[in-house]
Amino acid sequence: MTDTLTPGFADPVADAQACFRAVLDALAHPGRIRPVPPVEAPAPLCPAAAAVVLTLVDHETPLWVDPAAAAASGWITFHTGAATGEQARAAFAFALTLPDLALLPAGSDEAPDNSATVIVQVQSLERGARFELSGPGLRESAPLAVEGLPTDFADRWAANHALFPRGVDLLLCTGNQVAALPRSVTVRNA
Amino acid sequence: MTAETADPDPARRRWMSVLARAGAAEIEAGLAMCGPLPPHTVIRGPEGGLVMVRGRIGGGGGPFNLGEMTVTRCTVRTADGRVGHAYVAGRDARQAELAALTDALMQHPDWTDRLERTVVGPLAAVQEAAKADRAAKAAGTKVQFFAMQTTR
Repeated sequence: MTDTLTPGFADPVADAQACFRAVLDALAHPGRIRPVPPVEAPAPLCPAAAAVVLTLVDHETPLWVDPAAAAASGWITFHTGAATGEQARAAFAFALTLPDLALLPAGSDEAPDNSATVIVQVQSLERGARFELSGPGLRESAPLAVEGLPTDFADRWAANHALFPRGVDLLLCTGNQVAALPRSVTVRNA
Repeated sequence: MTAETADPDPARRRWMSVLARAGAAEIEAGLAMCGPLPPHTVIRGPEGGLVMVRGRIGGGGGPFNLGEMTVTRCTVRTADGRVGHAYVAGRDARQAELAALTDALMQHPDWTDRLERTVVGPLAAVQEAAKADRAAKAAGTKVQFFAMQTTR
């Protein structure tokens, strides 16, 4: 039943704080790749995705887990205590491939913070499709390479960006690295 | 808490309850009689926290927050993949870990009888005796209102 249960952070408090700082840095500087503390992640999660989930999700944040990652939902529930539920009410979403962003809560104009943060596991943040980012937090446009996003990602992101101040934020995880695309950033194919 | 939930595993519930009430030294003494224990990994904790204790206070039967109590929890996994949990009152991290380990081993057919004989059984007997003793003492102080009425 719970044969695959593995520990979470080695030092729960310090590691979660370090990971939170990394996510904060990544969101403040879109496209910047930050390392996160190691976690023995259950398949199919990568260590960074596992660390970010452990850091951000708790029993008060409804979580939606991609059915493809269902094998890890026992581990996530055990360590975070989060209720896994429907996509339309999620505060956090975890997926192995980019979900349809329009199906996730985008918040309202009065409370844009009631939107989802999407944690997506990608294959690489060094190879793959190249994007150019611009917007708040970037003095000059910044490059970002991602392998594992759909080919029409720039268009899909434009639809999300157009909702500003509503919209979802995206955290890209691979290996032990995380990069972020807040809803305020403009993404162009480079 | 609100509804009577079905008890999926009454035997496990019993031993977890006995272990949660036992001291670390008592569990350790019992385990020492079982010979070498298989290795285990700690998955979570032991870590302390607060749990809100709720109870029915008023006549209406609605839940009422009595207050928070300190609880220590621990989860371990033995080499064969069995996972044991413990939630114990207080701050005794050693008790929580030993109770979780005993819970994991109790689920293993090779260990169930042995641990029942040396750890859970004796501890349950001690706890039962203490409870009976306390009940007897309390019974001695009981005021029989009916008797007072008849003597008047």
